[in-house]
Amino acid sequence: MTSEAGTAAAHRAIEAVWRIESARIIAGLAGLVRDVGLAEELAQDALVAALEQWPAEGIPPNPGAWLMLTAKHRAIDRIRRNERLGARLSLLGRELETEQHSVPTEFDDVVDSDEKMGDDLLRLMFISCHPVLSTEARIALTLRLLGGLTTEEIARGFLAAEPTIAKRIVRAKQTLASKQVPFEVPPPAERPARLASVLEVLYLVFNEGYSAMAGDDWMRPALCAEALRLGRVLAELMPAEPEVHGLVALMEIQASRVHARLSLAGLPVPLLEQNRGRWDQLLIRRGFSALLRAERVGGPPGPYVLQAAIAACHAQARAPEQTGWARIAALYQALALLTPSPVVELNRAVAVAMASGPERGLEIVDRLATESALAGYHHLPSVRGDLLSKLGRHGEAAEEFRRAATLTRNIPERTVLLQRADDCAERIQPTTR
Amino acid sequence: MRFLVTVNGGGAPPDEQLFAEMGRFVEELTRAGVLLATGGLDRGTHVTSSGGNITLTDGPFTESKEVIVSFALIEVRSKEEALELARRFWKMVGDGEGDIRQVFGPES
Repeated sequence: MTSEAGTAAAHRAIEAVWRIESARIIAGLAGLVRDVGLAEELAQDALVAALEQWPAEGIPPNPGAWLMLTAKHRAIDRIRRNERLGARLSLLGRELETEQHSVPTEFDDVVDSDEKMGDDLLRLMFISCHPVLSTEARIALTLRLLGGLTTEEIARGFLAAEPTIAKRIVRAKQTLASKQVPFEVPPPAERPARLASVLEVLYLVFNEGYSAMAGDDWMRPALCAEALRLGRVLAELMPAEPEVHGLVALMEIQASRVHARLSLAGLPVPLLEQNRGRWDQLLIRRGFSALLRAERVGGPPGPYVLQAAIAACHAQARAPEQTGWARIAALYQALALLTPSPVVELNRAVAVAMASGPERGLEIVDRLATESALAGYHHLPSVRGDLLSKLGRHGEAAEEFRRAATLTRNIPERTVLLQRADDCAERIQPTTR
Repeated sequence: MRFLVTVNGGGAPPDEQLFAEMGRFVEELTRAGVLLATGGLDRGTHVTSSGGNITLTDGPFTESKEVIVSFALIEVRSKEEALELARRFWKMVGDGEGDIRQVFGPES
């Protein structure tokens, strides 16, 4: 191996260590300096030091501990130079003094106990998804601080310009500092709303990855894996929150279909037409056990648990015709009560049509036709077209599919819709024309 | 991306301390959302298929060093991450042999 290739390999190994350790290091430092922006800078300093020293010296036996200790030393340097942070010096100084007497051999000697570390990680999740930040900023900050993604990777994942993401992250950190947002797990009164924000961010990241098309940058589908990973981490940190398990279950089961949802030509394959042999049974089982954990915690099911239960109904069916549509319709009804939305109602219409016949479904869809929130939503005419064609009203169905095609900006999807419109048009009997 | 990390036989059986350390390691990987499945393997039955003849032979096999005795299926973001985790595992276990191989999903 040439020395250049050797250095490149060493850098990749260091990046891997960084990916594994960075969230815990940033969280631990933020717990100390109470400023996530500063914590991340300190952690980055430690990474730079690692990139300088490790290629020559090799990766230390406890890379996480090494990075943490280095970052803490940088913290001391910075704090000495910064009067504003002077008050924190004594605390840090005391901690470091005790550490310098004994060379740390175990990660736990330098880094705090598992429990403390878990608390800091949880605080980092909550602050990254804090409501003072815009949704975009929450997403970027979460991927950056908890996912250990670079600005460039986040930009590629979200099809955005790198400077835009960089600015977003800088501003988010400034906002948290200027508004003096505390680094804490929110008090019980605020917790449900704050947790909902964390779950929303993870699900948005997941869906961004899930919407990736064939030929997209690999960073886009990687967002699914990242959201799922962070969800699993959160589930271990907050095992008593059923909605966390619900979201994990939902993401596990949806992720199980990743390889079945696009055809070889890159066209989206509807759920009922997917090859179920390509569903990942390992993820499905993980989804089921997450759903069981949510049920064991108890309480009335929340929106994520309900959505996961719906996904589980599909995952359970060995063949499309074995799908428990009545149960799915009932779950959508429960979901509509919790989070009333025309989109949920439209999904309920599909389930009702499958359980009780297309007429029943069409009744619900027709009630939605005046819903302004769905005015530009291509799924409405697409579902209506599907139900009409099942009722033999092919002319109307073709019209709906064409309307749906004009409403979607997704080209593969449009191709499918236009194909369905043509199929319907062909079926129109000459006498009924 | 998924990797199957396997451990071959022939190593010293784990003592109580190693057992506890392994438990902690497995717990940490689970908490990190990395570990998908893990398990130990029986000696099992060896299959040979040749010219339409299928022969089934029960273990034990001659070289236990060549037989996989346990595995972990992990989901990580890069090959380097898998290698780093395997490095940590082997540092804990001590002498022995095993493999780290990427698992291709149902897509390929």
